[in-house]
Amino acid sequence: MQINKIKTEIAEMLSDVFDGATIMVGGFGEAGSPIELLHGLIDHGAKDLTIIANNSGNGRVGLGALIGQKQVKKVICSFARSAKGITFQELYNKGEIELEVVPQGTLAERIRAAGSGIPAFYTATAVGTPLAIGKEEKIFNGKKYILEEALNADFALVKADLSDRYGNLTFNKTARNFNPIMCMAAKQSLIQVRKLIEPHQTNPENVITPGIFVKKIIEIDNPIIETNAIEEGMIYP
Amino acid sequence: MIKKNLTNAEKGWERGVIASKIANDLPHASYVNLGIGMPELVSQHIKDDREIIYHSENGLLGMGPTPNENEIDFDLINAGKKPVTILPGGSFCHHADSFSMIRGGHIDYCVLGAMEVSMNGDLANWSTGKGIPAVGGAMDLVAGAKNIFVMTQHLTKEGKPKLVEKCTLPLTGSGVVSRVYTDYAIIDITKEGFKIVEINENLSIEYLQTVTEGRVYQ
Repeated sequence: MQINKIKTEIAEMLSDVFDGATIMVGGFGEAGSPIELLHGLIDHGAKDLTIIANNSGNGRVGLGALIGQKQVKKVICSFARSAKGITFQELYNKGEIELEVVPQGTLAERIRAAGSGIPAFYTATAVGTPLAIGKEEKIFNGKKYILEEALNADFALVKADLSDRYGNLTFNKTARNFNPIMCMAAKQSLIQVRKLIEPHQTNPENVITPGIFVKKIIEIDNPIIETNAIEEGMIYP
Repeated sequence: MIKKNLTNAEKGWERGVIASKIANDLPHASYVNLGIGMPELVSQHIKDDREIIYHSENGLLGMGPTPNENEIDFDLINAGKKPVTILPGGSFCHHADSFSMIRGGHIDYCVLGAMEVSMNGDLANWSTGKGIPAVGGAMDLVAGAKNIFVMTQHLTKEGKPKLVEKCTLPLTGSGVVSRVYTDYAIIDITKEGFKIVEINENLSIEYLQTVTEGRVYQ
């Protein structure tokens, strides 16, 4: 019998997701944002989710739509402001959603640490700022650092470019961003790819995320482009 | 004092002039991160005697100019989420590697905007204390890049000094700024105060002192 992580239905991809889960959402703005999986999560209906992502969604598409459905209780991100953001901003101003602001590099490193078995690390980022309040400080070689803890997750929703049935992933340009480290940090990484390829077509030298970090894969060959969807007035569901 | 200057603030260098002064101070072969907004102008003023490599936090080293309308690719964007291009010799990496370039001290220069800069080099540029807090990569850049240049107007829109004795807004980093380029002057942060490197040819030191909170000296 062969290993095969490929699924054909989005519902199958999300079958283990539960209420109260912590879910990483890949992408930087719209580049690498797994919009179809996010829409699948709306159809799934899981509630009280904690979302870890760089941003907090645009319009009523993808992450913006999921937040608009009130399925999210907390967002951990670096930048929750956006010209096209609506839903997070509405709920935040009403006090109906929690926000943890994390500097972008600290966010990436906390995710990377989680995937690498590192429970916490010291960093100079945010020392002396409001984001250091309540954090342990330590001096190394005369310089002050703060302790930051790893960010683990139950699931990661990720968009990649190519995959074989083992989950060996490549990404497209700056759509790589948080996606590889989120695959490492989550218990289950769930990947939508533009194109499935055969294992012999995978060039081992070019694999960005090796299959060990991948749980399930689905092919979405013509994914929604957020900018276009918002311009066309798309609202999901 | 400040109110008086609000009504008759002197006209300083145009933004392009400030950008060209910064461009002249970036050495050949530097790895540089330009903040979103005014600092992006710097790349337009690099002379032919040097090659500068631009880093964008979202995993792009060797960033090129804005593409033509028909070449826009929503998978190729900069930290401001605007479409860009990649130059020959450029590369992509994931976010943790991209921020290792910053936090590991590999970026030579970072040019950022500012709301306030204090005499000891504290920078406030991420929050007015109001609205949804959003920091992005600013705190990583100021803590990690080797040299932090600030590019800003000398005064706020309300005519208040941005160079202050002590920042009143939430800090981005403490003691991180090395040099400030404004429409009025180029100023180094030193233990003795704001040291004038170059002053706008139409302004006096006395005037500069009236629009700067904290001692300026030459």
